[in-house]
Amino acid sequence: MQIVDLAQSNVRTLNQRLHDLPRDTNERAWRILNPRGAHAVAVGLNLAVEIHVEGHVGYYCAGMNKEATVVIHGQCGWGVGENIMSGLVRVTGNASQAAGASGHGGMVVIEGDAGPRCGISMKGVDIVVGGSIGNFSAFMAQAGNLVVCGDAGDALGDSLYEADLYVQGKVASLGADCVEKKMTPKDAKTVAALLAKAGIKADVARFRHYGSARKLYHFHVDHADAY
Amino acid sequence: MPTKRPHSAKSAKSRAAKSARPAKAAATGPSAKIGPIDPNLLRPSAAFPPQVIAEIHRAADQGLYEIRGFGTKRKLPTFDDLLLLGASVSRYPLEGYREKCDTNVVLGTRFAKKPIELKIPITVAGMSFGSLSANAKESIGRACTAMGTSSTTGDGGMTEEERRASKTLVYQVLPSRYGLNPDDLRRCDAIEVVIGQGAKPGGGGMLLGQKISPRVAKMRTLPQGIDQRSASRHPDWTGPDDLTIKLQELREITDWEKPIYVKIGATRTYFDTQLAVKAGADVIVLDGMQGGTGATQDVFIEHVGIPTLPALRLAVDALMELDMHRKVQLIVSGGIRSGADVAKALAMGADAVSIGSAVLVALGCNRPVHVEEYRALGTEPGFCHHCHTGRCPVGVTTQDEKLQARLDPERGGRWLRNYLSTLTLELQTMARACGKTHVLNLEPEDLVALTVEAAAMARVPLAGTKWIPGQGGY
Ligand code: SF4
Repeated sequence: MQIVDLAQSNVRTLNQRLHDLPRDTNERAWRILNPRGAHAVAVGLNLAVEIHVEGHVGYYCAGMNKEATVVIHGQCGWGVGENIMSGLVRVTGNASQAAGASGHGGMVVIEGDAGPRCGISMKGVDIVVGGSIGNFSAFMAQAGNLVVCGDAGDALGDSLYEADLYVQGKVASLGADCVEKKMTPKDAKTVAALLAKAGIKADVARFRHYGSARKLYHFHVDHADAY
Repeated sequence: MPTKRPHSAKSAKSRAAKSARPAKAAATGPSAKIGPIDPNLLRPSAAFPPQVIAEIHRAADQGLYEIRGFGTKRKLPTFDDLLLLGASVSRYPLEGYREKCDTNVVLGTRFAKKPIELKIPITVAGMSFGSLSANAKESIGRACTAMGTSSTTGDGGMTEEERRASKTLVYQVLPSRYGLNPDDLRRCDAIEVVIGQGAKPGGGGMLLGQKISPRVAKMRTLPQGIDQRSASRHPDWTGPDDLTIKLQELREITDWEKPIYVKIGATRTYFDTQLAVKAGADVIVLDGMQGGTGATQDVFIEHVGIPTLPALRLAVDALMELDMHRKVQLIVSGGIRSGADVAKALAMGADAVSIGSAVLVALGCNRPVHVEEYRALGTEPGFCHHCHTGRCPVGVTTQDEKLQARLDPERGGRWLRNYLSTLTLELQTMARACGKTHVLNLEPEDLVALTVEAAAMARVPLAGTKWIPGQGGY
């Protein structure tokens, strides 16, 4: 177990050490102590290590993650796991805005609540939120799944291209071109699998499915109010 | 002596014949054919010239704004309104071709461990694969590599071909984040965070369905053939304080090796430049309103932003105010076409320029070949702005296999290389004439303005006077 105390060291030294790890490294288990809200902790990881951050982090923790597992034992600021490609980013507390923004793959799990614009511009990532999400979540989402065990704020899925959104609780309002869709057995299976993978318990039968009406796929005069 | 009209005797004769017709028509009733009216007798409206009327008709038919490519078509104050003061008795020139006039420039000296050095201060602006054909991208990469300068990716990510073809490649991080991935961040030579573009400051990208080919769709994670509209704001930050943290993240991901550029469209340039510098930019890329686009609303292209000339002055002022001029390098783009434009931009304080539309023209855009196909688009060579249609007659801005085969990357690379060489020679010629051993030694003192507007905007004196409007109390 590698232990880095950010009260003694700094983010630059930590990230450089993580980036310098050879692909066949034995140093695969890491604990980061005293992050104290630092930004850009454990970003740009490129191999399968497991990192436990013991405390709260600032913006972009585990940004652009590939292969690694990063667990934040605390709350996090904006853009946790932004543009994630693969691997797993988990927050045991709440996440601020734009969690999992533009993620291409892998999984982001927020055990608590996530703020506005959760899953904005998502491009294939799976996001599972144990609590609720804020306004404008999945704005312009392109691909992937967003599973929300609590409620969703206003304008869910506004201007989305594709991506599947599953919400167990109330949806304050749907954004332009986002509609409720049928929850098929295939959808139920997807949600069950994602919940299991995220380690979050919820009743799959209570989830509703939202997605793209595909009406904004082409510029058209009759949709001018939605642009 | 009567004013000479641009009409031949023949047309005068036919005018007489035409003006005789209405009388005949009146005599034989309304069903008889009435010929055209003598155009000299028709009074055009300044408020409603033919193009305005045509646009209103188009809007009434379609109910949607016009989307088009290329850049602004209106007349603006430009570098053409400035002149360089060559050497004479008070200064002496360098000997052309004999005395050295260097053109190299280093970008990213502020924070980056690996700044990039370019042989010429003329770079190629970000243009996406998708908007441009793969052959156009490859032509650009080849030419830039041969000339020792950089090219730039665009909305939609980096292609293997362009990485291979380009020795120095700048990787854009755009609001859409299409195709953005950390591997490409690690293998680029500099990162450009795009906040805006001169053709549409405040607007997001567009790519119409005709150009969303299977490959483009895959790169952007979009359904094929849809009209793509990109976000105008970045998904995970808003405002300068967030931008500071975003730049820190990009630096951390790439171990502080690569220069980070921040690209802004010219509007409130003084403040935008200062905020970008405070956020930690290594290089500012400033795109004036003459900058081109692959597809944008015409109303946006023509009516939003400020021209390159005043924007450049504002950016240099902002850098000087912070004591950051030449420490944070400034690349300016938007309407650069000739070595004279480059020389004047450098004299005003830019460290380098970036060209986009002129690159396409060098690659054959608006060349008078395949004329029938220009006409099929409703235009003529020299007037085309139809990049958005994906039917580019010369294979530059298309995803159609047959059309893009018209641009051979080797020949395209040669054309662009010739053009970049010409710009460089012109630039050196002008710098030598001003007595400079390096093109970056050109300075505002070497410039005068031809018009009051240009003098006020560029803040150089009107030629033959000491007058800079707005300075010295008048
Ligand atoms: S010739 Fe091609 S590149 Fe040039 S304006 Fe027309 S469509 Fe665009």
